[in-house]
Amino acid sequence: MAEKMELNDVEVWDGNYAAAQALRQAQVDVVAAYPITPSTPIVENYGAFVANGYVDGEFVMVESEHAAMSGCVGAAAAGGRVATATSSQGFMLMIEVLYQASGMRLPIVLNVVNRAVASPLNVRGDHGDMYAGRDSGWVQLDAFNAQEAYDLNLCAFKIAEDINVRLPAMVHQDGFLTSHTAQNVYPLSDDEAYAFIGDYKPVDEMLDFSKPVTYGAQTEEDWHYEHKAKQHRALMDSYVVIDRVFEEFKAKTGREYKRVESYMMEDAEVAIVALGSTVETAIQAAQELRDNEGLKAGVVAPRCFRPFPFNEIRDVLANVKAVAVLDRSCPMGAMGALFNEISAAMYTTPSRPLITNFIYGLGGRDFSLDDAKHIFREQKGHADVGYITTPIQQFSGLRGPKLGFYETKRSK
Amino acid sequence: MKGVLATDRRGVRELGAEELVGWDEVTQGVVLNSFDIELENVAHIPPEERPYSDFNSYTATVASWRVIKPVYNRDICIDCQNCWVWCPDTSIISRDKQMLGIDYDHCKGCGVCVEVCPTNPKSLLMFAEAEDPEAALAKWPEKKKKEKK
Repeated sequence: MAEKMELNDVEVWDGNYAAAQALRQAQVDVVAAYPITPSTPIVENYGAFVANGYVDGEFVMVESEHAAMSGCVGAAAAGGRVATATSSQGFMLMIEVLYQASGMRLPIVLNVVNRAVASPLNVRGDHGDMYAGRDSGWVQLDAFNAQEAYDLNLCAFKIAEDINVRLPAMVHQDGFLTSHTAQNVYPLSDDEAYAFIGDYKPVDEMLDFSKPVTYGAQTEEDWHYEHKAKQHRALMDSYVVIDRVFEEFKAKTGREYKRVESYMMEDAEVAIVALGSTVETAIQAAQELRDNEGLKAGVVAPRCFRPFPFNEIRDVLANVKAVAVLDRSCPMGAMGALFNEISAAMYTTPSRPLITNFIYGLGGRDFSLDDAKHIFREQKGHADVGYITTPIQQFSGLRGPKLGFYETKRSK
Repeated sequence: MKGVLATDRRGVRELGAEELVGWDEVTQGVVLNSFDIELENVAHIPPEERPYSDFNSYTATVASWRVIKPVYNRDICIDCQNCWVWCPDTSIISRDKQMLGIDYDHCKGCGVCVEVCPTNPKSLLMFAEAEDPEAALAKWPEKKKKEKK
């Protein structure tokens, strides 16, 4: 039996340690990991928990992130609860296997501590890696601080392993800004946390010798399409379970999560849509603008990046006039991914607010309160004249001549 | 090698002849069950008596791309089981340690069985896929004499 750990009602943890503690409380059977900055302390601390008798599972050291996720796939197919962590280049190396995990419907939990993707090499936080996972078939939950990194890990196991979901799930947090910032975290006791997640219930496990199964079958044009459609449907429909798990988590802890978080949106005229630690900056900016300038600013943050909360985005942005969608990843030859998805959702509503796109914060470039306020004020300008007065895509916090792309097409 | 026993369903169907069902009926995670029912101690049941599912390749013929094939010569074989041990596609059919032949519905023609055959001449040799087995046996090589030192 694993040793229990006595935790205080409030602990001072950074995002990485919070995630490691959640993995320990989940009593993961197998963690196969290859450490990479800034996610290293998750698996490092987890390894210490295993070595010190706090976990009954196996910690498998492997030779690459591709091998790490492959080990996770094998262990999950065998019938165990499985998790790991990575960032950036490591995430990119895992990508081939991420698709295998989701296609085989293996409920692995992957902590992605978001970090920029080289070249140029950079260890700081942006969302390049998170975006690269968006078609991989995983549930993607986004934590904006250390408490949420802990909470969402507990939820991620429960969501991924639900019999009606059976899909892998990522829990994202921003590299350094969240992963290395120590904050107050209110943990559950070991017993409460484990009871919330529940025992792992294997499905089609390879170690059930009375019912041998084949994993990783080949399907060509006669079968592949149906299997992918079924997988897509499972991810699209997983919102039901995500909502239920968030409800159960609220009942247990009082902490409420929604697939789309919104702040001061009840009467908002302009809004910022963002992901990650930026959300808290945007909230602070919106509050100050409301207090000092009477600007009705609000913030919308997809807690759940996949499945994309299309309906909830439409609902929460239904009454705003201008929206700035912030992408912390360089879209390279297109509009930002979040911008495209928010725009697609809002295009199917009668209100069709003015929507612009800001690229920002690449490679950990700071996103300040002033940056956020500038964006809010610019949205107010669009709202007042009724059209987009700037390029549709702009760059916030970038040195050099102003960079922007595309103008609105409008009749005089 | 059909009919080890009358119940053998080895290679009874063409691959891809399964009933095409819609997305709502395919298995979750492309997981394919080997058998239609749950079984205990399946390792102790002879293959031809196992209730293989249509989605197990046992019942499918999956060797259409083979271009050379091993031919088996019973007269020389010593039933050492080397080929049975080494075959990567479990295509050597053996029962009670007696070599019975080759499962041409699953053999890919890799030639490993020939490579590991210890007899002189070999009891398994590779021939063109179209070669008639009787003709192949008729042109089997003679025993090689030891070279004198």
